[in-house]
Amino acid sequence: MPEREITFAEAIREALAEEMRRDSRVFIVGEDVAEAGTPFKVLSGLVEEFGKDRVIDTPISEPGFTGIGVGAAMTGVRPVVDIMFGDFLTLTMDQIVNQAAKVHYMSGGKMKVPIVFRTTLGATRRSAAQHSQSLHAWVSHVPGLKVAIPSTPYDAKGLLKTAIRDDNPVVFFEDKLSYKLKGNVPAEEYTIPFGVADIKRKGDDITLVATSSMVQVALAAAELLNGVGISAEVIDPRTTFPLDKSALIESAKKTSRAIVIDEGYERYGVTAEIASVIADGAF
Amino acid sequence: MYQQMAKIRAFEEQVNELYKSAKMPGLAHLYSGEEAVAVGVCEALQKTDYITSTHRGHGHCLAKGASVDRMFAELLGKEAGYCKGKGGSMHIADPDSGNLGANAIVGGSAGIATGAAFSAKMRKSNQVAVCFFGEGALGQGLLYEVMNMASLWKLPVIYVCENNLYNEYTHHSETTAGELVARAQAFGIHTEIVDGQDVHGVYAATQQLVERARRGEGPAFLQCNTYRYYGHHVGDINRAYYRPKDEEEEWKAKRDPLTKLAERLIAGKLTDQKILDRIQAEVQIEIESGVAFALNAPFPDVHEVDEDVYA
Repeated sequence: MPEREITFAEAIREALAEEMRRDSRVFIVGEDVAEAGTPFKVLSGLVEEFGKDRVIDTPISEPGFTGIGVGAAMTGVRPVVDIMFGDFLTLTMDQIVNQAAKVHYMSGGKMKVPIVFRTTLGATRRSAAQHSQSLHAWVSHVPGLKVAIPSTPYDAKGLLKTAIRDDNPVVFFEDKLSYKLKGNVPAEEYTIPFGVADIKRKGDDITLVATSSMVQVALAAAELLNGVGISAEVIDPRTTFPLDKSALIESAKKTSRAIVIDEGYERYGVTAEIASVIADGAF
Repeated sequence: MYQQMAKIRAFEEQVNELYKSAKMPGLAHLYSGEEAVAVGVCEALQKTDYITSTHRGHGHCLAKGASVDRMFAELLGKEAGYCKGKGGSMHIADPDSGNLGANAIVGGSAGIATGAAFSAKMRKSNQVAVCFFGEGALGQGLLYEVMNMASLWKLPVIYVCENNLYNEYTHHSETTAGELVARAQAFGIHTEIVDGQDVHGVYAATQQLVERARRGEGPAFLQCNTYRYYGHHVGDINRAYYRPKDEEEEWKAKRDPLTKLAERLIAGKLTDQKILDRIQAEVQIEIESGVAFALNAPFPDVHEVDEDVYA
């Protein structure tokens, strides 16, 4: 099978297109998702294939279209809600935290909310304080939500397909700089289960746990370390919830050292959580 | 409709007793006085139509078709409750009767109701969605965002504003500028104002709005002027600082929805007092057996607490 290289953005677009072809209940809703294909051009071409009834432009009303997505998901369709910048999650928190995340529990398991909130993270486009945050720790904190945070085109495609097929609300974070990252993605169908970490580089002396945009940074660091005779293992949890605790612990046990690298705020964040999991389980 | 309204009234009286006798965990927000709104609206709906409800939601739940025994069980946190006791008073939901749930965030279900209407349109199911909320929810921005989209996309949703005059402990005139319906009219949404104590008026108006919505003519906003007999919640006893006692007495004496309906039915020779008395007696038996069922029902097993977090 010849290898095929596509970008992270193309991988996202393929995942959406394939799932929309497979399941007529799947649709996209958000700001500038149709002809504009989002400011990042991730969705370009989808409205041409699926029409404006399934790739739906909204007003600039994040709580409103997020809430409409939640209600739609509760009643038999499967929305993929586009929240253009991760910073705008703050506007939607009632709908995601108080509504989407809790409906299944509050109804005693009777109702489900199969919805994906696609959004971004990463500080790297020089977009200043309100377009640069990485808020994945916020939603990872909330029971009822699942959180995917892919670092490669291959992971992005496989995880997004899993997210769309999941019967729970999933928040899906895409690093803005990663959109142009190229990687091998097979042409044939595949999905990646949630809660399964991936070892991006094998090593023996130290474990570098890295998420999303920081995986490339960690791989570059591992290469530098290799030059000075240190063998670093780079491991990517791929989902912050469910978290593949055993893979992280096993790696740290093997190398007996671990550094956690994540782009979110350090305090009360993903790094603290993963460090505590490793400290509890490995040392 | 009289039987339904009487059932809601008796249910809420019983809930108040459960609270006062410390048999119910937490609080409840009683619907007494507003019965004609829930019953008039739900009478105009099919079972498959959707509603979303509020923290003051027992009336909506009963009017849409829930049964008294499982509702009491839910309020008491019992396994037999509609949500296995995990929803309670403020989150009770019964999707089998189209009730997508009460909501403890004021205005919080405006998105869900509009989304249900969106889904109904997408699935071409011909269902409509009713979003119940109090006039206090007019302070929430979410409502305006979704009304805008509902109007743009001609969604089959009816926003039912139960104007009981008080945003919790504050008169709405202190919080709400302009006319209530003007807010929906700004989005080109069709509006109606009815006497929320007149169940026939509520029913007739809703029926027209439902037909409109099913014809694809888009959303509507129905303002029902009503009154809450009790306080904001069962513990809100001393409320003279925000609401005069004689105002309460006047609404109860002159504008009670059950009395108004009884007078109308008797005057029109559609029934007589004996039949109404019999309905009241039957309702009382249903309430008493329902609460006995709930009090005797088992609590969920401890392991249940972590279940249903994920589907």
